[in-house]
Amino acid sequence: MPTITYELADGTRTDIKVDVGANVMRTAIDADIPGIVAECGGAAMCATCHVYLEKDSASAFTTISDVEEEMLECVAEDRQPESRLSCQLYVPEGIEQIIVRLPETQG
Amino acid sequence: MKFQQQPESRSHSYPVPVEGVTSLDFDPYASEVLRDPYPHYEMMREAGPIVWLEKYGVYAVTRYDSVRNVLTDPETYCSSAGVGLTNFHTEEPWRQPSIILEVDPPEHTKTRAVFTRILSPRALKKLTSTFEAQAELMVDRMIEKGVCDGVKDLADAFPIKVFGDAVGVPKDGREHLLPYGDMVFNAFGPANDRFKECLANLGPATEWITNACQRENLTSDGFGAELYAAADAGDISHEDAGMLVRTTLSAGLDTTIFTMGNALVNLGRNPDQWAVLRDDPKRARATIEEVLRYDSTFHSFYRTTTKETELEGVPLAREQKVLVFVASANRDPRHWADPDRFDVLRKATGNMGFGAGIHGCAGQMIARMEGEIALRTLASKVESIELLGEPILHFNNTVRGYTSMPMRVTAKKH
Repeated sequence: MPTITYELADGTRTDIKVDVGANVMRTAIDADIPGIVAECGGAAMCATCHVYLEKDSASAFTTISDVEEEMLECVAEDRQPESRLSCQLYVPEGIEQIIVRLPETQG
Repeated sequence: MKFQQQPESRSHSYPVPVEGVTSLDFDPYASEVLRDPYPHYEMMREAGPIVWLEKYGVYAVTRYDSVRNVLTDPETYCSSAGVGLTNFHTEEPWRQPSIILEVDPPEHTKTRAVFTRILSPRALKKLTSTFEAQAELMVDRMIEKGVCDGVKDLADAFPIKVFGDAVGVPKDGREHLLPYGDMVFNAFGPANDRFKECLANLGPATEWITNACQRENLTSDGFGAELYAAADAGDISHEDAGMLVRTTLSAGLDTTIFTMGNALVNLGRNPDQWAVLRDDPKRARATIEEVLRYDSTFHSFYRTTTKETELEGVPLAREQKVLVFVASANRDPRHWADPDRFDVLRKATGNMGFGAGIHGCAGQMIARMEGEIALRTLASKVESIELLGEPILHFNNTVRGYTSMPMRVTAKKH
């Protein structure tokens, strides 16, 4: 079972075991992880589920779609090369651990 | 045009409803249901994760998880057969299908991307100060009047002004947008008397809206102009741009008006909740979210199966309409603690008032912004709101709101 590790801006880490195919945003919401707002509930409209992927995790995911690209331009905290919207991230097969860092603010 | 209600012969190999599924002769569009649908939703939720509605020949889902599962699986539960009861694959729709609401990927993805850009949080930020100034004017006027109508003076007036300006439609005749929207939302349900009466009384609304969506009648800096600019850039066709202006207007006005009215009604009926907001106007955004959950504007719409599938253990044939009750999901005790309590301190995100998944409302961020600004302004300036008599409910097949709400407002003392 893969693990998603959420690292809050203050460095606190939470590990959650998930099934392949789990959504990174929804997993955080269900586990009450602070720091992900996800106001639009995954419709890619609000840019409030912004995360930074750790290097090794980044390559595991599909590329950024046009819609996600548009939304990443609207995130509250600086966009970095490793920035993604967690609502667009589904845990792929063949990876043990995904590490996402959460920004200090979502807006 | 023809308005058939019974689905035509399908390729299914199952008797409907499948054995074991509760079959109900319940009509979700009956006036007595629309008056207070929530006890009926509870009845359906308790009858099972999926029920059969005999009158319309459709399955219905009412629990949070089953609603979410349907809405987030557009490959199985499509929109291109129409999001109303009419199956566009087998019956003629009352108007041309919308190229964003009633299409599937990959066509949908392209159109959706245009809206994502035009209605992005970054784009909306530019409108904030204009919206705030307008809200102040309107709330000040309500305070001056003392006795006013929460719908006419704020819930109606504010979106008609700021959203109409944001889209860039002509100022004269905007009242025609409301019966047109009413028609669109009635059409998500059956061709019942309510639908027929609405269609018969549309009057000049269709003509007005058709003209308003023409490029030459739009302002040069609104969402309408931006949709045509997207056509110039080759993202969509020019004909599509006109249709999308129409969709923006029909989807974006009645709905925000009703949501704002629903907010005022529930704050008026729950003085303790109003007091929480009044003492901390920053809670306006969370309050709107709770209004969307507790008293959803949008109640139900359909998806259609693209293939034989299984939902909650029930085998479904291809071309089967599934009625999705988002307003019921928003009150499902399996997901929400104390769901029938209006609580502005609640974390109501995750409610499906704007739908969910790839067809989740494209205008939800501007709708939230309008609601937040109106409520925050009201809460900053007003000490108390008091409903004077029972607000007048509007009856529509799929959306719920009020047309009049006499109330007394008292200014805050500074």
